[in-house]
This record gives sequence, C-alpha cells and structure tokens, in this order.
Amino acid sequence: MSAHGDSKDGYDFAHPIPVPMLLSVFFALVLLTIITVAQASFDIGSLDIVVVMVIATIKAALVMAFFMHMAYDKPFNVIVFLSSFAFVALFLIFTMSDSKQTSPDFEPVIEETASMEVAATPAAADEAETSEPTAE
Amino acid sequence: MSTIEAAAENAHDAHGHDHDHPSFLAHHFDTPEQQFDSGKLGIWLFLVTEILFFSGMFCAYAIFRMLRPDVFEGCSQFLNTKLGAINTGVLLFSSLTMAWAVRCSQVKQDRGLVGMLAATLSCAMIFLGVKAIEYSHKWEMGLLPAGLYFYDPANPHPESHTNYLFMICLPFMILLGGVVAWLVVSFATKNKFHQQCAMPLTVAAACFFVGIGLGMVLESGDSERATDDHPTHVTESIEQSETMQLISTGENQVLESLATDSNTGIKSELTARQTQLETAGSAIIQEGDEIAGAIISVEENVMTQRKAGVFFSIYYCMTGVHAIHILVGIGFLVWLLVRAVRKDFNPQYFGPVDYVGLYWHLVDLIWIYLFPLLYLIR
Amino acid sequence: MSAGSIPSGDQIKDPGYPTASENYLTNSKGALTWLLTLDHKRIGVMYLIGVMTAFFSAGLLALLIRLHLFRPDGAVFTGPEANNWYNQVFTLHGAIMVFLFIIPSIPAALGNFLVPVMLGAKDVAFPRLNLSSFYLWVFGAIFFVGALMASGLDTGWTFYTPYSTTTDTSVILATSGAFILGFSSIFTGLNFIVTINTMRPPGMTWFRMPLFLWATYATSIIQVLATPVLGITLLLLIAERVMHIGIFDPEFNGDPVTFQHFFWFYSHPAVYIMILPAFGVISDLISVHSHKRIFGYRFIAYSSIAIALLGFLVWGHHMFTAGMGPMTTIIFSALTFTVSVPSAIKVFNWLATMYKGSISLTTPMCFAISFIFLFTIGGLTGLHLGTLATDMHLHDTYFVVAHFHYVMVGGTLVSFLGALFHWWPKMFGKMYSEAGGRLAAVIIFLGFNLTFLPQFVLGSRGMPRRYATYDPEFQTLHQVSTLGTLLLGVGLLVALVVLLRSLFKGERAPANPWGGATLEWQCTSPPPFYNFERPPAVGDPYDFSDIFWDTENERYVTVEPDRKIAPAEQPEPAHAEGTH
Repeated sequence: MSAHGDSKDGYDFAHPIPVPMLLSVFFALVLLTIITVAQASFDIGSLDIVVVMVIATIKAALVMAFFMHMAYDKPFNVIVFLSSFAFVALFLIFTMSDSKQTSPDFEPVIEETASMEVAATPAAADEAETSEPTAE
Repeated sequence: MSTIEAAAENAHDAHGHDHDHPSFLAHHFDTPEQQFDSGKLGIWLFLVTEILFFSGMFCAYAIFRMLRPDVFEGCSQFLNTKLGAINTGVLLFSSLTMAWAVRCSQVKQDRGLVGMLAATLSCAMIFLGVKAIEYSHKWEMGLLPAGLYFYDPANPHPESHTNYLFMICLPFMILLGGVVAWLVVSFATKNKFHQQCAMPLTVAAACFFVGIGLGMVLESGDSERATDDHPTHVTESIEQSETMQLISTGENQVLESLATDSNTGIKSELTARQTQLETAGSAIIQEGDEIAGAIISVEENVMTQRKAGVFFSIYYCMTGVHAIHILVGIGFLVWLLVRAVRKDFNPQYFGPVDYVGLYWHLVDLIWIYLFPLLYLIR
Repeated sequence: MSAGSIPSGDQIKDPGYPTASENYLTNSKGALTWLLTLDHKRIGVMYLIGVMTAFFSAGLLALLIRLHLFRPDGAVFTGPEANNWYNQVFTLHGAIMVFLFIIPSIPAALGNFLVPVMLGAKDVAFPRLNLSSFYLWVFGAIFFVGALMASGLDTGWTFYTPYSTTTDTSVILATSGAFILGFSSIFTGLNFIVTINTMRPPGMTWFRMPLFLWATYATSIIQVLATPVLGITLLLLIAERVMHIGIFDPEFNGDPVTFQHFFWFYSHPAVYIMILPAFGVISDLISVHSHKRIFGYRFIAYSSIAIALLGFLVWGHHMFTAGMGPMTTIIFSALTFTVSVPSAIKVFNWLATMYKGSISLTTPMCFAISFIFLFTIGGLTGLHLGTLATDMHLHDTYFVVAHFHYVMVGGTLVSFLGALFHWWPKMFGKMYSEAGGRLAAVIIFLGFNLTFLPQFVLGSRGMPRRYATYDPEFQTLHQVSTLGTLLLGVGLLVALVVLLRSLFKGERAPANPWGGATLEWQCTSPPPFYNFERPPAVGDPYDFSDIFWDTENERYVTVEPDRKIAPAEQPEPAHAEGTH
C-alpha cells in the first residue's frame, strides 16, 4: 500500500521516503566523507577547520532533512530542533570569548615536570623538560 | 490487511469513545495522529536536550583547541584516520538502514522492517568493534585521560600486563553466547517467534567481532606503513615549531622596538624570551646528535600529561559518551526488533520506529562532527 | 460581578460532588495503585509529599545553621570539627532546598496536578514518563541522603572546582544525585511542553490558557534547554574526580572558571525554573481573589517567555569576581538589567489587577500579597548585585544570601504555599480553617522579614557568607535573624497544622470555592480520575461575569442564561455521574 493511498479523515500522517531518495542521500554522504578525508591530506592552513565544518554541516543537513524527515515535518518541530543550536552557540560564544580574554593570565600555569617519565626513561623526560619552551 | 482493519477501527473511533480505541492508541489520546504528533514533538525535544548535553563537551573541545592548537594537531596523529573513516561509513550506512526501516514500518513491510532493523543493529555492533580496537590500542600505549596518562615516546609500546581488548570483548562474548543459546533453544522447542527474534540478534552480536576483525586488519595495515608514516608528520611538527619560533622572533622584534622606551618590564620580558630561545635551541642541538632524537623531542612538546593528556581526556569523554549512546540505541533497536517480529507496527502506528530512528540519526549526526574534529586535524 | 444574588430563571452550572468510585483519591485502593499509578493527579500528590519531606528536612538544617550563628563563636557545633560540620550543614541545606524542593515544588508537584486539568486534557502526554520522572526524583533524593550518610558534602550546592575535585567528602554521590534529578526535571518539562502543545481540547487556544500554564510552559522550555548542560557538567566533574581529565582541574592546566561557566549556564536559568511558576501562580491567585479580569494578559504571558529566554543571557553575573574577562563582565552586567523589565511588567500588572477589584482577603490572597512585597524587595536588591561596582563589595556577603532568599523563599516558597492553600480544596476536597490559614500567612510574612532584612544590613557591613563564626559587632543582627527563623518556623508549622487538620475535620469543599473561571473549577473537588467526561467547554479563563456566589450552599456557581432555542441540544448541567 502506498502512503497516499487511503487518506482517510486526515489520519494519513505517514510520509514514507522513496527508496531512491534514501539511497542517493546515502551516496552523497559517503562522497562527502571521502572529500573530507581527502582534503585533510592537503595543507590549507587555518582554513582547514572552516572547510571541515562546512562539509560536516552539509552532511548534517542532509541527514536532518531526509533521514530525519525534517523536510516533511511540522514547522514547529523544525523550529524546536534548530533553536537548540542557537542556545549551543550562545553557550559556546560567551564561554569561549571569556576564556580567550582570561587565558593569558594563567596559561599555562604548570609546566611539565619530569614526574612520570622519569620512572620509564629519564633521558626522554629531561628532553621533554628542556625543550618545552620552543612550543610557546 | 491489518492496516485496513486499523483504518476502519479509527474511522469508527472518531465518533465513538474510549472503549473503541484501537489497542495501540493510549486512552488519553483521541486519534492516532494526536498520539503520533505528541510522540514526535516529545522526541524532538529529547533530541534538543541531547544536543545541549553534548554541547558541554564541544565547548570544552573548542576552548582547548583555541588555546592549544599545537596539542590538538600533534595528538590527532595518534588517532587512526582509516578506522575513523570506516566507522563513519558504518554509521552512515546504519542511518540509511534505519531510515529505510522507518519507511518499511510506514508501508507495512514487516519482513523488510525486521531486516533493516537487524542491519542497523549489526552496523552498531561493527562500530563498537572497531571502537574497541581503537580504545584498547590506546590504552596499551598509555594514551589516557590526563590523570592516568603514561605514554612515553621513547617506549610507545610498553609491556602490558592487562589485555584490554579481551576485557572489552568479554561482555560481548557472553552476549553472543547468550544469544546463540537462545537460538539453539528456540530451534529445539520449535518456537517460531523466538527463532525469528534470535536469528537477527545472533547475526548482530557476531558483527561485533566482524568489527574487531576489521579494526585489526586496518590497524595492522597501518602499522606496516608506520615506518613511512612516522617521519612525515614529524617533519610537519618540526615545520610547525619553526613557524612558532618565527612568530616569537617577530614578537621579539616588536618588543625590541618597545624596549627602547626604557620600559624595564618589557626589557626583562625580552631578556627572558632570549634566554628561553637560547635554552630551547641549545637543547635541541645538544640532544640532536642523532636526527631521530631531535624529532622525538619536538614531538614530545605536546605528548605530555598536561597537554596530550587533556586532548585524550576530551577524546575519551566525547567518543565515550557517544559510545554509551550507541549502546542505549542498541537496547532500543532490540526492543523494536522484537516488536517488529510481533508485527506491532502499521501505518497508523509506526511512532516507536520513527522515534528510535530520530535518536539514531542524532547519534550519527554527532559522529559526523566528531570525526573531522578529532581525527582530521592537520 | 461575582457578588450578588443569582439571577432567577437561569441555568446554574455546578458539577456537584464526586462519588467515591469517581474520586481520583479513592477510585482504587491499596498502596500499589498509588505507587504504580499513571494518573497525573496521584503523581502530583506523591510529588507533593516528597517535596514537603525534603523541605522539612532542609528547613531543619536551616534552623541548625541559624541557631549556630546565635553566638559569634558558634552555638551548636563545638569541638575541632565544628566548622566542618557547619560547612556540611549549609551545603546540604542548599543542595536539598534547590534540587529536591524548590525546582520540583511548583512545576512537578502542583504542575502535575494542575496542568492537564487546567488545560482540559485527560492526562499528560506521556503518563509513564511522568511516573518515571517521579521515581528518578526519588532515586536522586536517595543519592543525596547517601552522600549525607557516607561522608557528608561540604562544597556548597554549587560544587565549585577545584575544591570539589580535592575534598574528601562524597562529591560523586551527590553529583550523581543531582544528575539523576536533572533528568527527572527534564522529563517533567518535556512532558508539559508536549501536553500543552498537543493535548489542548477544541476551543483551548493559546490565549485562552490560564497564565499558570504559560508560566509552566516557559519553565519547561528552560528545563529542557538548560538542564542537560548541568548533566554534562556534573558528568565531567565526576570524570575530573575519577581520572583528572584536566578540563576544570588547575593541577592539569584546567580552568575552574570554565566550570563556573558550565555550571551557571544551567543554574542561572534554573533560578527562573524556581521563580517563573511562582509568577504563574500569583497571576491566577490575584485575579481570582480580586474577582477581576487579569490586567494585561498578553503582557504577562509574553513576559514569562521573555524571562525564560533572557534568563539564558545573564549567567555571568554570578561570576563577576571569579576572574572573568573585563569585557565579559560588562556585557553580562548590561544583559542582567534587561531581565528586570519583564519582571517589572508582571508586578505592575498584578497591582493593576487588584486596583478596583473586589478583593477577598482569603489565605491564598494573603500569601499572594506578601509575595508581591517580598519579591519586589528581592528583585530590586538584585539590581545592586547586577551592578559591577556595588557587586564587588557585596559579592559573597550576606547581602547575596538575603537577596536570593527574598526571591526563593519570599517568592517561590510563599507562592507555593499560596498555591497550596488555593488548590487544596480542589486536590483533597476539604476546606481548611480560613482564620488559621491567614494567621499562618501573617506569621510567615513577619518571621521571614525578621530573618532576612537584617541580613541585608549584615551583608552591606561586610559579613561574608558561609562562615561558621563572625565578629562580635554582627551579633545583634545575627540574633534578630535567628529569632526571625524561629518565628518563620512557627508560621510554617501553623500552616502545616491547618492543612493537615482540614483533611480530617475540614468541611467538604464545593467545586468552586473561590469563584475561579479556569477549567479546574469546572470539575468536582476532588476531580474524577478521568478529569473530564468529554472535552469541556472552554471560555475566557479570566471572565468572572457569569460566576455568582451561592449564599445558600456557600459556593460559587457558573450561571448561564437559559437557552431556549434548541432544548434538545442544551448542554446538560454536567453532573459527573459517569453515564454515557
């Protein structure tokens, strides 16, 4: 029986997604995964994170719209779900911006001391300690 | 067939009262559609809570990546991209089969529904199997959360007293044994329903070990290439540290220009920096009688308890909580599978499949972000 | 108007009294029918008993704290461990009051009972989820008691790192308890949002909902959005304690201020989980007992939602002295003031509702009026704390303690009591002694002010909070405060006695003892287990024009003009006789 076959009394609330659409979404997702893995082997500097996040967001949008039926769902449900990202953004932006402001005051507080490594190989631990500042 | 019955029942229900409710319709709802809409809004709200739940860890990730990009870059090399990519594929495929399962329940394809749910379950198990390989491998190397971290670059594979892989596998072996026993008993008693439940579950439980095998093959393939692999990213690290030095030289120039204003604070800062640079430089030269020694020392900058340890803390928190969600999802999928074998679902009542599906897609969604954020940092 | 005689020849609508087989309290017997019930009203009653128990135990701890502070060197706890004891007692007082009492008090206990009835629904959308959130609450409570029994807890209810990662007390047990309680709260909120969205009967539009439902809806939004962040924060804290993940722990270059950000992202909105339902209660109480339409219905409704959303933007004002960046403090301070706008809108609307109303000074109304006093003081002193310059001086002093007690006790507790007295006849079908109730309200008002007004003075003179001992110069004010606590305790005891006595000796309550127009007054007192036989006729929740006092039977009745057009279709006086 098809989804729109017996629409009775407005009870027909099932929206089966056609199989070809499911499959094409899946292949698009796989393709994007391959792209994201492939781009990681090129050095594109600080753009890196942006590219990766854009690809991930496209993938997420595909999953949400088709696998999660969002494209056919009630608008209210869509608003509810998407608004959660606004609150996540709020949380991230405030907390991160504050950490950025205050981090120079204490970052890093404790330099590595040769605590654990000493037990294993003292030489390596010494190296770790002496060469520490190069990364700063 | 039962669809028509249900539809007829519902048509009747619209005019009747509680006692005419179809069996799947809870007493306090008027129509199946109201029940479905309530459940759907409920699950969407639940997903909202899930997103905010994970947001805490994404926030921790973002803060530490912002403050110490070098640590993330260095540590990400220890995560096996191939395993991560395979797991991404497996989860995406499970999302496909889950979405397909929802479709099957909506169009009353009972056999297809059972098959799709079994496929989803199997993918979940493969995912966990691959994850088990990743985890046990890192635990043996001591790449653990900050408090437990004991990785030592000079001796990356210490003699291990515990077989972590076996410890992870043990509960799944017991599970597989239990399901197989169930299957045997159901065949012995010729109980059709139990047979239909136990067969797909046995396949799914066995898939955990398929995942283990897959992980092992990919991991070993990687360690063969490790000799080629190792130097490449180490040279990257060197370049990295060189650029860092360049930056600090630039800063020093600025400081030098400022220091002319007889600003003692900046002067002392400048001397401190120069001493630092000298010590650092001399350290490399002194230890650098062998090239390999220098490489290790550069790598070590980040592979310490308070740097890499924090990265692995975040890694374990994020992937661990995600894995717990997979386990919970597996529980729900098993429940659905049994109900699907019982033919509980029809176009008027497919809510539970849809809700679990949404949850499953969310778990997939989170992995879609976790994979590039953890595995693909260059 | 409600007063006056009933016009003759009109149809009187009154559901009468329920039979024992309909009454939700008696329709099935045995402890199991209560413990496994899916009826939202019974779950609400179980919550009520639970939160009252929590309130009683945490109240006793508060009494201990105040008695200890009667003398500058401490009066109750003695010996070398005295200060540790004090730390544990104030921590448990705070944790139990916040997590086990205030947060579930109005939303879970009264909300469960009222939301479906006020909405005209048969039950909440997910009855089983509802029951499980009650049991999650019970498990969370057990964890808290477990923490108390194991080795106490002395971190303060906020679990601030790094102390919470280093102290020897049972932080993990207590945080697990709070984690579980968080899920209880999430599920309650989720249930209410879905119920209000999808279970409304025909005719119940958004703007015909009683304001209590708007407030509950706003509260539920916060519960769903904020509580998960508390969950992950506590989980990370547990991980930090177990294996030092180094996110919050400075020993591993973690940042304790990050913990505070995480914590207050939940816990500041949680403050609105505590106060928003109280706003809803007061809106209904003031309107019903003034027998006058609520002034500015939409403003009150929207301001609830506005508070819920703005509540997410101001968490930083708990951390002004914690080492945040200067820019962040300024932004958070500025945002904090925006919250005062919707709160003030509500207060002005309540006052405007009372203006020229025919106010009956019943017990609930006495509580509602004292709420307005106390909440206004609590709200205005919040402005001093939101201002950066004054907060530097007042932070972590008794001024803060007094401020949030004015909001949480003077606001939430007083309105909880008001709500309890208002809906008590509906919940248990018994009238209590009016004189006793009013007496309790007056004593509580006086005792409360005597307790906490001196603390404003103490705080502004520099008395820090959470100290077990203090300079002798503060002694007089501390002693006044302690005496006030005893008076407050007496008032609460009177209220308890009045309510309990009504269960045994109270008169049978009519369906509509106060003259309310919302739907819960249209079903019997107590309601039948199915709430409504058929979807009720939904009218304006604040239209009192057809509600009249029936002097003969001492009750309010709804009077409808006799309709003569189609006698066969005439709505029956819905006697809940249970016939089809």
